[in-house]
Amino acid sequence: MNTPARSTAIVEWLRRRGSAIAVFALLILVWEVGVRVAGVKEYLLPPPSKVWTEFWKRHELVMAGAWVTTQEILAGYALAVVVSIPLAMWIAWSRFMEQAVYPVIVFLQIVPKIAIAPLFIIWFGFGFTPKLLLVFLLSFFPIVVASIAGFKGADRDIMDFARTTGAGGLRLFVKIRLPQALPQVFTGLKVGAALAATAAVVAEFVASDRGLGYLLLQYNGQLETPMVFATIVLLSLIGLAVYYAVEVVERLAIPWHVSQQHTAHDATM
Amino acid sequence: MNLHDLGGADGDAAGGRAVEPGSGSVPVARTAVELAGVAKTYRRRGVETHALASVDLAIREGEFLAIVGPSGCGKSTRLRLVAGLHLASAGEVRIGGRVVDRPQTALGIVFQSPVLLDWRDALDNVLVQVELRGLDPSAYRERALELLDQVGLRDFADRYPHELSGGMRQRVAIARALIHDAPLLLMDEPFGALDALTREQMRLDLEALWLATRKTVLFITHSVDEAVLLADRVVVMTPRPGRIERVLDIGIARPRGLAARRDAAFAEATQQITDLFLARGVLHGAGRTGVSR
Ligand SMILES: Nc1ncnc2c1ncn2[C@@H]1O[C@H](COP(=O)(O)OP(=O)(O)OP(=O)(O)O)[C@@H](O)[C@H]1O
Ligand SMILES: [Mg+2]
Repeated sequence: MNTPARSTAIVEWLRRRGSAIAVFALLILVWEVGVRVAGVKEYLLPPPSKVWTEFWKRHELVMAGAWVTTQEILAGYALAVVVSIPLAMWIAWSRFMEQAVYPVIVFLQIVPKIAIAPLFIIWFGFGFTPKLLLVFLLSFFPIVVASIAGFKGADRDIMDFARTTGAGGLRLFVKIRLPQALPQVFTGLKVGAALAATAAVVAEFVASDRGLGYLLLQYNGQLETPMVFATIVLLSLIGLAVYYAVEVVERLAIPWHVSQQHTAHDATM
Repeated sequence: MNLHDLGGADGDAAGGRAVEPGSGSVPVARTAVELAGVAKTYRRRGVETHALASVDLAIREGEFLAIVGPSGCGKSTRLRLVAGLHLASAGEVRIGGRVVDRPQTALGIVFQSPVLLDWRDALDNVLVQVELRGLDPSAYRERALELLDQVGLRDFADRYPHELSGGMRQRVAIARALIHDAPLLLMDEPFGALDALTREQMRLDLEALWLATRKTVLFITHSVDEAVLLADRVVVMTPRPGRIERVLDIGIARPRGLAARRDAAFAEATQQITDLFLARGVLHGAGRTGVSR
């Protein structure tokens, strides 16, 4: 029905992304040819074609691992979102919470969370829980810190204007504070999303018997370098998918902000 | 709301009028806003800033009062005190006889920057005024569109702030200050960020709006011309801590439009104010004469 429209959309997309795609394809090509011409050993740097064929041979096993890791990422990330945003609101509104809890959060944020992973194994064993918790922990801080900044950082003049209307409580929150905080909340959500995949893999490195992190270590130990690459690519794709999903939600939730960024971007081009 | 509605017609009529008390167009001079011995000192980390020295001032009902003064003399502070957004360190602000001890809601306020909500289009930015007051926005839709039309934004009601020019945004802010028909309008350098041409247009539009509604207006500006062209009375302030240097009655007939710039009273008043600033060292114009800016 709308084939012409769709094909122009694809053309448009290619026109915008074309150069990036070309560079990417070129890199892969250089890699493929370079490795073959120079005769680099496969266990050091396999050509992309070998990565693909090896992956395809064992894709069922690897995809099962990918599903496990995806679940850890999604569950941990969802928990982080559900906990951090209400907490950020609470800290932004309550003087006590701000004075008592916020400094603690700032301090804990400095702690290298990944260093805590082994502890989680002691506390929660080898199963799903320690992975979920590490993903939660890594995603939680960027979201909570950005959201606090968003909820607290109301423009002074906007708030003064609002005060001259006598609005308070819920009405003020729904009409002013929440929408004006959303851009920063989404910045935090995207940083958190980018960290979620890292967290899941690290947790699997530390102790596990499934998942992409586990497979990665196995393949590494057996010098199955093509499979190591395949696993890394898959991990990247999962991370990218989560990030992109957040961006789609952002576009739906705050189109005014996204289009604003685009106009600014267009203006500088 | 166009140039040709306002300009020309009365160029001569105004010429002969000397500076006389009151604008002549305000029949009863009831006091709308009163500042009695109002002073403001900001304290921050133990440092005191005397923003506003003791000030007595009465704004009459239906009057257009402008305040000019050098940067930092406490003009914005005064506006915030009237709005109840800051509380006076000494003295009292009264609106309609009632002491201001909290943010006032029976007013419309325009800040130096438009202060629009990025997530709402122009129409919804005007309507947020009534929404925040808990009123039904659909009942005000017509009026909001009318106001946007009046400030020349009929075709821009569905545009978001980032799609509007600086001048257009400020017009939206003015419409937002008018939608709920409050008796008092507070404007803090509302045209400060605009180019000269837009600024002149906004001045003309504002005068016409004011003539149609006769609200009490407190208008802050650092432009001497603008103050004299718009106001019934101009309050000239000293440098910080701001005191009232002089209050000038501007007797140029209304509507003043474009012609008022050629009025003798305009030249005289701007000259007087410029001389005051020269005497205070706010302007350093040694060797030059003539009207500032
Ligand atoms: N919230 C505040 N805390 C501390 N000092 C302040 C505050 N607001 C204003 N001041 C100080 O009070 C003085 C007067 O400020 P105000 O904003 O009223 O000046 P203004 O006349 O509006 O100046 P401008 O023309 O530049 O806008 C300044 O010295 C300023 O530094
Ligand atoms: Mg100011």
